[in-house]
Amino acid sequence: MTVLEQPGSSRNKSSLAGPPPAWQPRVDPTPLLPDAEPYRLLGTDAAARLDSGLLTRLYTQLVRGRRYNAQATALARQGRLAVYPSSTGQEACEVAAALALEDRDWLFPSYRDTLAAVARGLDPVQALTLLRGDWHNGYDPHEHRIAPLCTPLATQLPHAVGLAHAARLKGDEVVALAMVGDGGTSEGDFHEALNFAAVWQAPVVFLVQNNGFAISVPLAKQTAAPSLAHKAVGYGMPGRLVDGNDAPAMHEVLTEAVARARRGGGPTLIEAVTYRIEAHTNADDATRYRSDAEVETWKAHDPIALLERELAARDLLTDDFVGATRDGAEHMAADLRERMNADPEVDPMDLFTHVFAEQTSQLRAQAAQLRAELDAEAAGHTEDAAGTNGSAEEARP
Amino acid sequence: MTTTAPATARKPATMAQALTRALRDAMADDPSVHVMGEDVGTLGGVFRVTDGLAKEFGEDRCTDTALAEAGILGTAVGMAMYGLRPVVEMQFDAFAYPAFEQLISHVARMRNRTHGALTMPLTIRVPYGGGIGGVEHHSDSSEAYYLATPGLQVVTPATVEDAYGLLRAAIASDDPVVFLEPKRLYWSKADWSPDAPTEVAPLGRAEIRRRGSSATLITYGPSLPVCMEAAEAARAEGWDLEVVDLRSLMPFDDETVCASVRRTGRAVVVHESNGFGGPGGEIAARITERCFHHLEAPVLRVAGFDIPYPPPMLERHHLPGVDRILDTVARLQWESDWTEGRGE
Repeated sequence: MTVLEQPGSSRNKSSLAGPPPAWQPRVDPTPLLPDAEPYRLLGTDAAARLDSGLLTRLYTQLVRGRRYNAQATALARQGRLAVYPSSTGQEACEVAAALALEDRDWLFPSYRDTLAAVARGLDPVQALTLLRGDWHNGYDPHEHRIAPLCTPLATQLPHAVGLAHAARLKGDEVVALAMVGDGGTSEGDFHEALNFAAVWQAPVVFLVQNNGFAISVPLAKQTAAPSLAHKAVGYGMPGRLVDGNDAPAMHEVLTEAVARARRGGGPTLIEAVTYRIEAHTNADDATRYRSDAEVETWKAHDPIALLERELAARDLLTDDFVGATRDGAEHMAADLRERMNADPEVDPMDLFTHVFAEQTSQLRAQAAQLRAELDAEAAGHTEDAAGTNGSAEEARP
Repeated sequence: MTTTAPATARKPATMAQALTRALRDAMADDPSVHVMGEDVGTLGGVFRVTDGLAKEFGEDRCTDTALAEAGILGTAVGMAMYGLRPVVEMQFDAFAYPAFEQLISHVARMRNRTHGALTMPLTIRVPYGGGIGGVEHHSDSSEAYYLATPGLQVVTPATVEDAYGLLRAAIASDDPVVFLEPKRLYWSKADWSPDAPTEVAPLGRAEIRRRGSSATLITYGPSLPVCMEAAEAARAEGWDLEVVDLRSLMPFDDETVCASVRRTGRAVVVHESNGFGGPGGEIAARITERCFHHLEAPVLRVAGFDIPYPPPMLERHHLPGVDRILDTVARLQWESDWTEGRGE
């Protein structure tokens, strides 16, 4: 028996089969939609209102960042780093992310975002520990409020949401900024993080650096959405589309989103349209999946050159300023090179130190085993050393 | 750790009630404890373990989340980074699988990765195991997956008192604990009063539930009552069985297990998850490595079959029962069988 066949009911009577409950959208999607074009300031009339101090600060960080990328790439070629994912061409995104935050805020970087961490104040050597291989994370995340560089894709985004949510529960006006690439937006954790953030109205800003490729896979094979910023509407948060090579535009959009989050306005999804000038890492051959012509087009839209044009128009691009900026960057690179060329000291016993707060009996036994192996190794070396002097060698069977 | 409330008369309480009381007391004692998961608020959880917590502590402390296990655990990681002690609920064993990347790639190794700077005082409650007539994906024994991941503590109570004590210990732990709740024991009862002082053992201690001299049954969680019943039944066969309840699979209490096996000379590991690649193989290997010269027979296992968890109408054939345990105990007369065989 169906609902319509219940005793006393008839198809003509509308009491049981009434109209559906009224439906209306829960949120007007229009204000959440991103602009049709990526937001730009440089080269537009609006650039006139920009503060010169901000422009020179951004410039200093961009030049420094590019030098950092070049130095780290060189260190990877020399075998000092296992690998280095360069952010050359994306420096404006990195720098803006760091400068939009206050000290009390938290940054959640991906593996390509060492530059954002360094621009936030992290020691350049500590930022490279993961890639050098002496330990997974070379800094105390609490010191600069920077989460460990995250290698799995998008899994740090829910962490940012949880931290921001916890801060708000405690009454702290702390904002979390989480960075992810275009490939990461296809991961389930991206979806779950944005959904949680919007439902909780957590003070989080999601920054997607759309650099065109996830290793070799282009954006068209990653998503069918009009833009990655459009994804925001589905979660009920605003999406912003911005030129990722326009440093002041990036800074403005991020600063606005951070301020909005801080005053309780909830999360924002920002898509920065940029380009990865270098390959995915030094281990990748980018010529297999993209043309030189495409790379050249993007090089012509270089974040440093764009900013230099504005600085020149303001007569700020003086030889003194450019020279001082370059010298500062060279000094940073020389210091990084020197310190990275020293072999790091690693303690094998560290393998067991931080698995649990209290070591298990199993780990204590394994630590004792390694200790004995190390002692035997050390004794062996002593014996070898003695052997070269011609004494211990004969004693061996 | 001992609760200081005055002792009152004991009355029957279920394991689910003891778990609820543990959550309540932990939340009352420490404002950083937050309970979160799907249906944990208004509904009080599908097993009612979180019943009343949202009412008492507010929705900010007992939060109904969106239906997304990776999101639940992933946001809990961030909350722990900011100094909270989240207790997350994964509604059923197999529902936890979407959260495995967060668990394995972040929860288990955050302390290690950051040299102790970031810790994960997280408790992940997972109702697990079969025997309640659940449909597919509602009866898995997933402990082996957790055990295979360094950095996770894996705890499973088998008694009402332990449900309270071990959950309090798990929440108090500065490291992540996967807290496996045997769902077919949720309604098991014991004379237990939450108001009476309850000793909370440190995680990683096994408990001898029954003293015996002829063989040791090593078990945990849902198989403990089955083993206790088997031990009683075995008396008729002339076997005096000792029963060890592991309570914690990681850290593993080698000391208690091996001391027992050295006394009895024979051991059977009993669990309902599949035997191949299951915890029993690890436990048998540990015993063999440490107690070889005390053993009168090989360490045997009674486990679920090596099959995907069966549908409800067939699960009784899969789950280790008293008869299967007794048959296996009979096989422990290894030496005499072998001697007779040689004599023929």
